[in-house]
Amino acid sequence: MTTAVPTATTAGPRSTTVRRLLALGRAEATLLVRNRTALFTALVLPLLLIVTLHSTLSKEAESNPGLDVDSLLVYGAVGMILAFVVYYNLTAAYVGRRGELVLKRLRTGEARDIEILLGTAVPSLALGLMMAALIGIGGSLGLHLAVPVNPLLMLIGLVLALATMIALAALSSAFTKTVESAGITTLPAILVMQLGSGLFVPLEVMPTQLADICRLLPTTPAFQLIRIGWFGTDGSAPATDFLGSWGAAGSHLITGAVWLGLAVWGAVRYFHWEPRR
Amino acid sequence: METSQPSRSGDSVIEVTDLHRHYGTGATGYHAVRGVDLTVRRGELFALLGTNGAGKTSTMEVIEGLAAPTGGTVRVLGRDPFRERADVRPRIGIMLQEGGFPGELTAAETGRVWAGMTSGARPVAEALELVGLGHRAGVRVKQLSGGERRRLDLAMALLGRPEVLFLDEPSTGLDPEARASVWRLVRELRAQGTTVLLTTHYLEEAEELADRLAIMHGGQVVTSGTVAEVIADRPSRITFELPEFAGASLPVLAGAEIGLDGRKVTVQTVSLQDTLTDLLGWARHHGVVLGALDARSASLEEAFLAIASEAAHQSPPQAPAAPSRPARRRLIGSAR
Repeated sequence: MTTAVPTATTAGPRSTTVRRLLALGRAEATLLVRNRTALFTALVLPLLLIVTLHSTLSKEAESNPGLDVDSLLVYGAVGMILAFVVYYNLTAAYVGRRGELVLKRLRTGEARDIEILLGTAVPSLALGLMMAALIGIGGSLGLHLAVPVNPLLMLIGLVLALATMIALAALSSAFTKTVESAGITTLPAILVMQLGSGLFVPLEVMPTQLADICRLLPTTPAFQLIRIGWFGTDGSAPATDFLGSWGAAGSHLITGAVWLGLAVWGAVRYFHWEPRR
Repeated sequence: METSQPSRSGDSVIEVTDLHRHYGTGATGYHAVRGVDLTVRRGELFALLGTNGAGKTSTMEVIEGLAAPTGGTVRVLGRDPFRERADVRPRIGIMLQEGGFPGELTAAETGRVWAGMTSGARPVAEALELVGLGHRAGVRVKQLSGGERRRLDLAMALLGRPEVLFLDEPSTGLDPEARASVWRLVRELRAQGTTVLLTTHYLEEAEELADRLAIMHGGQVVTSGTVAEVIADRPSRITFELPEFAGASLPVLAGAEIGLDGRKVTVQTVSLQDTLTDLLGWARHHGVVLGALDARSASLEEAFLAIASEAAHQSPPQAPAAPSRPARRRLIGSAR
């Protein structure tokens, strides 16, 4: 060790929210790149699921002649990417950082609690959005899908979906002891999204009553908003135009906001910053 | 024993009044901190000592603003460290008892994250150099030794040139050489005016570094003051062994207490020189050879051990006597 503590060297700038989010996001991104399992789950798994999704939708189309397989494929793929890259990945990240006491240590610094949670989410969000954009835009062009009817509604749906996923990830992490068990604790929500939120099984091919129940599930409204914004319909009614899409979106906006509120409440109530022993 | 009085100068940096911290509720609840008063003045190095489970870390966490107190008030730099966290944090540095850095980041990358979250941060290289980790900047945290990780932790606490430094067992896990350099570093920081509050269970660490100290037991401060004050009313001790046939009975030694265990004799005295002179005079006069003769002044260690055992015998109301290690882990854990 050196003997003298320097007193008058250069001092860094004031710490701001943006600098803190960037610093945390950068560290988290480095960790993601260095963790093969997490990287595989984030990059390869969604792509594998898209292949499965395609065959599932094709089979469903045989018994439901009106089903627009191409649109549903691209939309379902975007949804699955958000579910895995944001929800699953982030749950594992929260559990991992909590286990290493990183979250507790970060709380001794200047960052506020919400900044620690959002900063950790930065790479998951960025990666998820990048992949979703790539598949969404690439798929639309390649499969000659229609131009989105209401891009604003799509954006609202996307933000709602992401916010709900972050809150659900924080909530799930409270019931997850190790990074390895995150695969199990996130399974219920992932299954609900795949099967109940219209990603793998379009709601319109379900019996009416089942479809109505599925429309009330936590992540359904956000995904349905994206779909309505994109195609002008959630499949339960004929496609509408920009103005009409707001009407179709109304009930989803309300249930989506309620679920987001509940997820945030649950996360605040149950999230813990250090491991329980 | 009295607890330290709040200073009237108004230059106290940490002011803790009647602090209570309770974990959990009902029968499973645990009252970890029971009415602690502490005052740390500007530029002072204050050590918090105590047995395991005495409530040191529980007290520290509240002062650091990591948790709200159940009762009482805490002021750091004149503000509430929990409610006014945003005002207090840029001016303090905290080193926790264990880890908190991702294993897959290098020491320098860890420093960069912290620099991004610290106002007026030193250059990362400088902070690592301070704790002697300059040559390990490119090594991942998981490959650092336990002692190196402690020093990285210290470097992060020093990154923002804090006015107040909180160190929770800073030298645990360090080899003697690293410990000596951490002490040197802490002394230098103090010389530059940094106020330091540290917990330790190395008594020599407190003896070496602390201007003042407090000894905690069962969630309370049992005694506090300078090292000299704390050991002032502790007796000195003389021990020796009598030969098999002493030929004379032990003298009456004024102001001393004699304990006999077979041929082993322990004399406790408030006046070591007088008692020792009397004893040696008696021995020479009667030609008695005192085997394994040992005379020592009161030390912090003796004071500490005496306080711990005294306090264990007369537990404070409804307080468990020094909880065993596993019990403490569970109880502390219930708050997490």
